[in-house]
Amino acid sequence: MNEELSTDYAIKLDIFEGPLDLLLYLIKKNEIDIYNIPIALITQQYLDYIHMIKSLNLDLAGEYLVMASTLIHIKSRMLLPIPEDPSEEDLEEDPRSELVRQLIEYQAFKEAAEKLAKRPLLERDVFVRSAALPEDMIRSRPEDDELIEASIFELIEAFHNIVARLDNKELLEIDLEKLSLTDIINDVMDRLTRERNLTFEELLGERKDRRRIVYTFLALLELIKLKMVKAYQTAAFGVIRIFPAVES
Amino acid sequence: MDNIPAVIEALIFASESPLPLEKICAVLDGVDKTEVKDALDKLIAAYEERQSGISIQEVAGGFQFRTRPELALWIKKLKGTKPGSLSPAALETLAIVAYRQPIVKAEIETVRGVDVSAPLKGLLEKKLIRIMGRKDAPGKPIIYGTTKKFLEVFNLKELTDLPTMRELTEITEQQSALDLETAEENVGEQQIITQESFEKQISQEIPEEISEDDNDS
Repeated sequence: MNEELSTDYAIKLDIFEGPLDLLLYLIKKNEIDIYNIPIALITQQYLDYIHMIKSLNLDLAGEYLVMASTLIHIKSRMLLPIPEDPSEEDLEEDPRSELVRQLIEYQAFKEAAEKLAKRPLLERDVFVRSAALPEDMIRSRPEDDELIEASIFELIEAFHNIVARLDNKELLEIDLEKLSLTDIINDVMDRLTRERNLTFEELLGERKDRRRIVYTFLALLELIKLKMVKAYQTAAFGVIRIFPAVES
Repeated sequence: MDNIPAVIEALIFASESPLPLEKICAVLDGVDKTEVKDALDKLIAAYEERQSGISIQEVAGGFQFRTRPELALWIKKLKGTKPGSLSPAALETLAIVAYRQPIVKAEIETVRGVDVSAPLKGLLEKKLIRIMGRKDAPGKPIIYGTTKKFLEVFNLKELTDLPTMRELTEITEQQSALDLETAEENVGEQQIITQESFEKQISQEIPEEISEDDNDS
């Protein structure tokens, strides 16, 4: 039997999504009633599988070992004699029940996931009108588009992009410009009231050293928090524009 | 106004994302909402009737033009790209988040029995799930929920549109029945279990409180 099992597993090696998935497979394969699992048989087959993985020198997730010990624990608990007076030890339920509940719950979600995957998925089964490429977005004026609010993550992404572009060009700088967050905040607000809206890059201007970028970014976060400015973009991955929250 | 269907059609066509009925009504200022809905229904039916390659679908709380699923093959040929599909791990994680939200990582891991860091990260990057906040519990774990994009990608009108999980409701019923039994034993045979105390039992309140509640009622 072990021989047969081993070859079977060899094909299914990385198909299992975890110990619960493996157990469900064993239950199905042996045509077992999930509410009445012969724990000795399943534990044996489960351990065979683990040994096989180990003999193949494959990485075995720790969760598999936890489940192995759980199975052995259940097995040993089932060997214990049932207490004489059942009313006293009423809380003592079938040692398998917790595992069964877990298995059924997992199975339900596994099926739900399969159902989800069968739905007509966007970009796989159904398509919408193609959105304009990000390049076209850059030129379009924000007034012409419906703006969507940019999330903090998109702002961070923009920040990363600029720092990434900076990368190796940074040289050792000795005459450090004295920067204060208050100055930058005032500067940002001044320029925004003058020019109505600016991109992050426009805000930085020519002086793109790391400190200036970081300070401008911090200033923006602070201003957004204080609800003095708003960040919008025209589309996902579009250029983020900063607007003063109150039009003056 | 007798060109309402045409206006609605144009609005949906020109809209970047699924267009909510409220927004159509806002544009068609002065037209009765039921009239708008009527026209919209007729428009949808017209697309169905003429076996058009596109149809108006209700997704993520709005209306959008979408191609028919049976034509996917042709569009893939046009685009020449293969869509990045979700791994089983990601799909399972997504299903658990979708049905159990708001949910923290540890709860997802209890269901799946394995670490879910990688699929969670992938789903966040694909913007199918989002961080909803932090739970007021030790360690302040992050709470996850699905996004509007999730509804768009999975062709769902809203979250209640998710296919029902038959098996899961059965489990909860069985669980409730078990809880009811134990609750009855706790408070004695004469006392009747009120719905309130029964629910408390489910939410794992201490048994003493249940008997108190029963005395009150």
